[in-house]
Amino acid sequence: MQSLTNRSKLVSNKKMTLSERLYIPAILAGLRITIYHFFKKKATIQYPEQQKIHSKIYRGKHVLKKDEQGRENCTACGLCAVACPAEAITIVAAERKKGEESLYREEKYAAEYNINMLRCIFCGLCEESCPKDAIYLTEIVAESNYDRNQFIFTKDMMVEDTETKGRIDVSDRRNGIRQGAV
Amino acid sequence: MEIIIFKIFLVLALFLLSITIAAYSTFSERKVAAFMQDRIGPNRAGPFGLLQPLADGVKMIMKEEILPASSNKLLFILGPAISMVTALMASAVIPWGPDITIAGTKVHLQVADINIGILYIMGVVSIGVYGIMIGGWASNNKFALLGAVRASTQMISYELAMGMSIIAVIMTTGSLSLGNMVTGQSGWHGMAWNVVLQPLGFLIFLICAFAETNRTPFDLPESETELIGGYHTEYSSMKLGFYLFAEYINMFLSSAVISCLYFGGYNFPFMDIVQQNTGEILFAFICFLVLMTKILFFIFFFFWVRWTIPRFRFDQLMNLGWKILLPLSIINMLITGTIILLNQ
Repeated sequence: MQSLTNRSKLVSNKKMTLSERLYIPAILAGLRITIYHFFKKKATIQYPEQQKIHSKIYRGKHVLKKDEQGRENCTACGLCAVACPAEAITIVAAERKKGEESLYREEKYAAEYNINMLRCIFCGLCEESCPKDAIYLTEIVAESNYDRNQFIFTKDMMVEDTETKGRIDVSDRRNGIRQGAV
Repeated sequence: MEIIIFKIFLVLALFLLSITIAAYSTFSERKVAAFMQDRIGPNRAGPFGLLQPLADGVKMIMKEEILPASSNKLLFILGPAISMVTALMASAVIPWGPDITIAGTKVHLQVADINIGILYIMGVVSIGVYGIMIGGWASNNKFALLGAVRASTQMISYELAMGMSIIAVIMTTGSLSLGNMVTGQSGWHGMAWNVVLQPLGFLIFLICAFAETNRTPFDLPESETELIGGYHTEYSSMKLGFYLFAEYINMFLSSAVISCLYFGGYNFPFMDIVQQNTGEILFAFICFLVLMTKILFFIFFFFWVRWTIPRFRFDQLMNLGWKILLPLSIINMLITGTIILLNQ
């Protein structure tokens, strides 16, 4: 029978030779391995000071994009919520009133946009399903918390803060999705 | 009078040295463990984590002191006390360097140069078993009792082979005094170490030293995975700290004894040439540094083995002790005796 991994080894019950029964050569070989690891480069990343470099298409915390004029892209169509395999997204839609044209790009917008980060599996299907370029996953690591309620990320935690923090660059992910690479 | 003051100073220095080395052994154990597992280890308390032992000590002291209701209170406190006291006592006979002259008289750089030094160490270390046994018994807990029974069985079994391998060294040296044993290895420009003459004896002694200090692969008395904590399951706060501390001091002591018995103590290659060119105090200091280097290497070796070999099963442990090490050490003794007879 062909094995799955080609890593299986034949087991034999042969009598151990004298040098094997002494165990000392085996112990010395073991000591050699541990001392090799002693001088090996360490894998640790000292987290708060050092941070791991993410790949360009890393899937982290979500961002709700705005367009060039600072208007929210999201029209609360609900496709992301449907696409979400973890059912993490809930949207409450509302109609844009007169005078709010500078806030929302189209006539319908998301009054509430909640993502339950305890459910979210960071698969990125929401951004793939979005027809309005509104939601993207960013390189930002979703922050941890002690309180379960704090894991439901509301709209104000995710919408791009263009006035104070500037735009979040998602061009790598956008291009990746268009080329089918992500 | 000056000699008494010097000896008191030596006792204090040795006490502080033992404590410091034990404290930093806990730190370096974690550091070495981390390095061997491709990690970095504690590095937050102070530069390179050097204040970690201090933090650990504070933690130990600040913890709640629990006396189990069903325990024997007196024995429960006596256990760690015995362990700690015997561990600290045993290093009194280790020679730290060649003789120096103080107020016109030659003084051994040794707290007590008693003529049965090695017997004294064996005796004191054997009392250390009582600390574990009493602690485990007084806890009134089955895991603690199992750990204590394991510890005493193991230590008694391996003391035999250890004693037998030491006898071979005593036969070649012709003395029980550790001071004489070390000076006896100063031949060949300070390279006539017993490890060359007694390789088998050294191996047996090394294995027994691991068993006596309850270090992996012989850490059955406190095997966390099987017995929770072994004999110190019920202990908390500084009483637990004393047990753990005593283990590290014992490791320091074992390393010192191995260095003195088999690795020439403070002797180092071409020491006679160095002696002619340096002053007495400086030479003694160099010798002390050499001995410390050897001791630190063996402490490192204890860590090194810990992260290499897994724990023995109890029947394997007994087999190794009684059926392999004991006969081997007797054969080693016989060979040594024959060679001494033939050389006469």
